[in-house]
Amino acid sequence: MAPAKTLPRPPTKVALFVTCMVDMMYPRVGIAAVELLERCGLEVVFPEGQTCCGQPAFNAGYRAEAVQMAEHFLDVFYPLAEQGAVDAIVAPSGSCSTMTRHFYAQILAEAGRSARREQAQRLAAITFELTEFLVDVLRVRRLPCRYPGKVTYHACCHLLREMQVDAQPRQLLANSGLDFVEMEGREECCGFGGLFAVKNEPISTAMGNAKLDYIEASGADAAVMCDVSCMTHLQGLMQRQGRNCRAVHIAEVLASPADAAGNAGPDAAPEPAADADDAPRPRRWQDIAAD
Amino acid sequence: MPVDVAAHFKTRVRQAVSDPDLADTLTRATISLKVKRDVSYAELEGQRLRDETRAMKTYALRHLPALLEQFERNVQQNGGHVHWAEDAAEANRIIEDIAARRDVRKVVKSKSMATEEIHLNRHLEAAGLTCIETDLGEYIIQLAQEIPSHIVAPVIHKRVRDISALFERHLDMPRTMDPQALCAQARSVLRQEFLTADMGVSGCNFAIADTGTVCIVTNEGNGRMVSTLPRVYVAVMGIEKIVPSAPDAFLQYQALARSATGQKFTVYLSMTNGPRRRDDVDGPEEFHVVLLDNGRSRMLADGYGESLMCIRCGACLNVCPVYRQISGHAYGSTYSGPIGAVISPLLAADMAQAKELPYASTLCGACRDACPVQIDLPGQLLSLRRDLVANRSLPWSERKSMQGFAGVMQKETAYARWGGLAGAGTRAAAKLGGGAIRRLPAPLHHWTKSRDMPPFASQSFRQLWARRARTGRWDGQA
Repeated sequence: MAPAKTLPRPPTKVALFVTCMVDMMYPRVGIAAVELLERCGLEVVFPEGQTCCGQPAFNAGYRAEAVQMAEHFLDVFYPLAEQGAVDAIVAPSGSCSTMTRHFYAQILAEAGRSARREQAQRLAAITFELTEFLVDVLRVRRLPCRYPGKVTYHACCHLLREMQVDAQPRQLLANSGLDFVEMEGREECCGFGGLFAVKNEPISTAMGNAKLDYIEASGADAAVMCDVSCMTHLQGLMQRQGRNCRAVHIAEVLASPADAAGNAGPDAAPEPAADADDAPRPRRWQDIAAD
Repeated sequence: MPVDVAAHFKTRVRQAVSDPDLADTLTRATISLKVKRDVSYAELEGQRLRDETRAMKTYALRHLPALLEQFERNVQQNGGHVHWAEDAAEANRIIEDIAARRDVRKVVKSKSMATEEIHLNRHLEAAGLTCIETDLGEYIIQLAQEIPSHIVAPVIHKRVRDISALFERHLDMPRTMDPQALCAQARSVLRQEFLTADMGVSGCNFAIADTGTVCIVTNEGNGRMVSTLPRVYVAVMGIEKIVPSAPDAFLQYQALARSATGQKFTVYLSMTNGPRRRDDVDGPEEFHVVLLDNGRSRMLADGYGESLMCIRCGACLNVCPVYRQISGHAYGSTYSGPIGAVISPLLAADMAQAKELPYASTLCGACRDACPVQIDLPGQLLSLRRDLVANRSLPWSERKSMQGFAGVMQKETAYARWGGLAGAGTRAAAKLGGGAIRRLPAPLHHWTKSRDMPPFASQSFRQLWARRARTGRWDGQA
């Protein structure tokens, strides 16, 4: 297991790399991520030029197109880091973080863009997936929250195997007052796989069903995960089959019930009294750090 | 319904996933092998074994020509013969010639993926020879007229009752659910074949350059019979199976036994240096090694040397969630699972012949974690996808949509406009579906065959962010 990645100094400002899927389909996940970061006393910046990291193109073999999107990402985020306007880039996704942190340098080097590759490497050093950032950088141990039912954790493959982030989200789920249970087959791929889900629908569906069986066998009402892509696939299968469990993003669970947008889904827990405060109390990250 | 390996990829997959028992059978069997492997690697410093194996294989590949020539010299010195086969046709011709020269009628074979790769049985049978597979799994596969569905466990897709049905049909054996009884029956049939065979053919698990030794690893002892009983013994060896010296061979042996079946050692390790010498009690009169290239040096030249480090242990198959659902036969090739998805297109004359295979993976990476040589299988699949796109092996429409997608994603305004259109469309579709999208237009209709899709949010995150910046609240209320 690689040593946990961290930053040389405690961060004060972070750029949210919200990811295109969260932006367009699940803004509630982006809001939850902002709430969590702000509760830790950080200032969150949203660079509005951001779009898609280019993983769909890279994944399907379209390197030239992926390089174009990587360069766009660097155009948006690199100046902020370079000017010291942000200390870190945080994304509520293991997969998109992997793309920018791991594969950008590779494809830019391959394309002979050495200056760009250097930019990508410098950004990689300050880019984090949300739970990794909370635990490894901010030293958060628990985030008291509620979920109406038992939850289990599904390890999304990029986060688990490319970034080797696994204990962090599980620790947050286990310590935050949830009814949390580990499932057998936690590390089995759910069968999403980007375009795989469409190109190889029968295999993708069969793999997803195998995953649903693991989730149900654990007795959990919800499988919590760090990527909305796998979540869309699993939730789509559950909904179509009328299964009794749900797929949810970890930011939504950890930030509940403080959903300031007021558009929490029907499953969101009622706000406990202690946190029922519409003027958010900014807390320094050190305050949360205490176990 | 069994999977028809000659059918199109999509048909094979459909046949596999519609078999109600196949995925269960494979999942049970592969998880059991995976657990054995994990326990076996935990007994020692597993990561060190993996690092050392990789370092050794890297060295061997870097020195491939010199090691092969050293091996050739040593085999010849020991009295054996070495043949260089550039492709399958040449390898088959060489073996057929040896058989013809020595008046061979019956061939017994030890399990070998290399001879499966070149379709040796088909070739020799066409020349009038009888070929008998003597590994129990391969024997069953031969009776069933199938191809192996797993690199080390060729009948992993079959249940005991399937095998009993085969034995009833071909060997007149009453039905039984007792695997030992089935095994004993095969053993007694095969014993006669060993005693009457003229030539033995095996693969090669590894070969030692500085002694000229071919090593085959079995649990049934059939490999020993094949390499010692008949008059002539031919080993067919992929050129990447060479290792420099005996300690390297034992390193690879460790990695292979532990990764394949979780064993510390296999029951048999048969090593052949050359033909029978004057005072040897057994051994063949003639010993031949066929060095098989068949696309391997091209792989090395094209930047896929990484995959030539494969030691054919099958560990990547045992952890692959795709393999568990579709079985080896759906890959339609000698090699299945993650390594098969990489090397099948590379060993083909044109990689586009197997262009579906590199895409038949979610790139989950479980294979890389299990691989005793730490082959970056997802990375190799991504490289193959890159090359397939570069060769224009994929549909024109896909390329155009990807270019369009990249264009939109490079401009925030275009992105927002596209998001607005897609948002309106998906919300309209979701209205019809009672909240969720039940049917999407092609090519995304594959998504909604089995899955609902939520519509885009009425306000994107960036719109909500802008609103909060203006009003101080996500919901815009004062």
